[in-house]
Amino acid sequence: MRKATRMAAAGLGVTSLMAISACGGGGDNGGGGDADANAWILTGGGWPAIEEDFNRWNESNEDAQIDVEGIENDSYKGQIRTAVGSGEAPTLIMSWTGGALLEYAEQDAVVDLTGETGDLEERVFDSVWQNGQVEDSTYAVPLNDVQPVVMYYNQEVFDEAGVEIPETWEDVEAAIETFNENDVAPFSLAGGSVWPALMWLQYLTDRHGGEEVFQAVVEGEEGAWDNESILFALETMQDLGENGGFIDSYNSVTADQNEDAQLLADGQAAMLLQGSWVYATINNDFPEFADSGNFGFTSFPTLEDGAGDPSNIVGNPANFWSVSADASEEEQQIAMDYISENLYNEETVDAMLEAGSLPPLNDIEEEIAATEDADFLEFSSQLVGDANNFQLSWDQAVAPEVAQPLTDNLSGILRGEMTPQEFVDAMNAL
Amino acid sequence: MTETASRSKTTGLGQKGPSFLMALPAVAFFGIFALIPLIGVVVISFMEWNVLGSPEWVGLTNWEAVLFDRPFTWTALGLTVTFVIGSYLFQAPVALLLGVFMAGQQRYRALLAVLYFLPLLFSSVAVGLTFQSLFSPNYGLSAALPFEWLPNDWLANSDLVMWVMIFVVGWCFVPFHGLLYQAGVRQIPASMYEAATIDGAGRLRQFFSITLPQLRYTIITSSTLMLVGSLTYFDLIYVLTGGQPADAVRILPLDMYVTGFASYNLGYASVIAVILVAIGLTLSLLLNVLSGSSKMDSDKAGA
Repeated sequence: MRKATRMAAAGLGVTSLMAISACGGGGDNGGGGDADANAWILTGGGWPAIEEDFNRWNESNEDAQIDVEGIENDSYKGQIRTAVGSGEAPTLIMSWTGGALLEYAEQDAVVDLTGETGDLEERVFDSVWQNGQVEDSTYAVPLNDVQPVVMYYNQEVFDEAGVEIPETWEDVEAAIETFNENDVAPFSLAGGSVWPALMWLQYLTDRHGGEEVFQAVVEGEEGAWDNESILFALETMQDLGENGGFIDSYNSVTADQNEDAQLLADGQAAMLLQGSWVYATINNDFPEFADSGNFGFTSFPTLEDGAGDPSNIVGNPANFWSVSADASEEEQQIAMDYISENLYNEETVDAMLEAGSLPPLNDIEEEIAATEDADFLEFSSQLVGDANNFQLSWDQAVAPEVAQPLTDNLSGILRGEMTPQEFVDAMNAL
Repeated sequence: MTETASRSKTTGLGQKGPSFLMALPAVAFFGIFALIPLIGVVVISFMEWNVLGSPEWVGLTNWEAVLFDRPFTWTALGLTVTFVIGSYLFQAPVALLLGVFMAGQQRYRALLAVLYFLPLLFSSVAVGLTFQSLFSPNYGLSAALPFEWLPNDWLANSDLVMWVMIFVVGWCFVPFHGLLYQAGVRQIPASMYEAATIDGAGRLRQFFSITLPQLRYTIITSSTLMLVGSLTYFDLIYVLTGGQPADAVRILPLDMYVTGFASYNLGYASVIAVILVAIGLTLSLLLNVLSGSSKMDSDKAGA
């Protein structure tokens, strides 16, 4: 689920934020100087805090400098691929795990980190940690906040229609009927951007058939897309689109400028399924709604008779660090030290919490309780902590070549130009 | 173009034009930034490459696949033709009329000219985001205006989105071509119009008999830029639609980007790129021949 960065990509801004100078104390300290490790990070969002963290590390570790460069999100994906492919990758390789990490591991482009990560494995939520593993070996470790997809709602709209917050799919169906009688859209959806609709597909598939359904797709099982749970999810989505579940114009609503969140804040829609970052968006862009006491959040409804574990969630578990196999041993050591000694240190965790984002750690309950956004952070922390499985966004989980056709075909589903069976056939044919 | 041509005639007895040495920086620049990448693209079009692994030589496989086994290539080509012709039919007349108007002496002309010129100063991303807001079904034009007949799915309706894109792209580029025409009109000697007025020609007659013929080289320049420009146009379409709805505006340049950098199929993308280059070159050559610009000369001489 790339977070609305089309426009930035078109701007082609490869902003090199800064290359931290390693010259510091002159050349009298023997080695070190030449063998700086390096890392590419992204720009915007929570990344400045990560850069700060590197700055602090460099100040206190004269002999283990790490050069940092910031790259814009969409151009990063192309650049890192080229760099890894040509053996010129930075020492620390950032990824969203999924299909890309699998390829790195298969091509031996990244180092096995099992046993090299200090106490991180105990601190990080299991459901998040699993994403960095390939066949029981750890190839990547999370580095920032966890981003589960949750259901936001507008309490005022519910009160006016006299509806309770739905907990099961039956509740949802009843609520849709009542909302439609009251001329309010049950769900806001940025169908024009397509990726927010992927969240629906993922949750519905998981609730219906459990995480094994998509796991089979990731593992490349023959015909894995042609599964009754995926078909159920696609049919349900088309039904929501045709029968007043999603807001009328959902194919024209885009997430680039947070129109989907605005519809919720304005009371034009009762609910919105979106990533945890939308919490910050609503607080920043629609403060009146955020402070009105009507802004609520809950988990995706359960499905009666569904085979999936109702504690399962979907979203982006985090961004992850891997260590490049092409780097020198000295550089690899610096990178591993940084990972095992420095990740999720106190200052960085505080900075994340202050920004309203949640590090995927199980030992920070007190810190969370002390923040301004304690309600939301506690809610998502519990959601992630209790999750039996954290499903990485499908467009990241599949092989990079498959992500675009997935988006295109899903767009066909949303627009009613493709039947669910045509969708699964097209995906199987790839 | 006309200037250098005429000058070389006056300087040249034995030698035609300045020494080749003076062109060397430009030639070197062109070689490094245009020719070498172009050769690279042609080479990659014969390879299978997903960026991550190393490229593998596959001969004509990509070409066969893109040209014969991938029906979308032809759909995209058709869309491109629609886009190029549509853009031309919209931009050319508007730019011409606007240019003629701006070259005149009307009141407030300077002020209006500045206003017309504004779109050229905006970055395409800013223009894209602004139009995205305008086309929003819930907060944009359709919601603000009381006209029932206005569609509210400007960008999501696959029958409509092509025309919307032609309009938005045209909106951005008409000022530039208007400027070209303005400059062209200003160069027409006033004596021609005076003579025509004495002969009793009305404004319309003057436009068709003096202005248009005198503008013919400007028309050729502007047309070439418009046609080749819209053939390779990418950014606004990408910002506004991201190629969705997939089958409606994915013209070749966008198709090339999506194939290469979203689906990581550099081989296919390079084939599309080579096709684009071929079409672009043919088109501009054709325009040159049709317009007889090889024998283009200054038309000041007779005036």
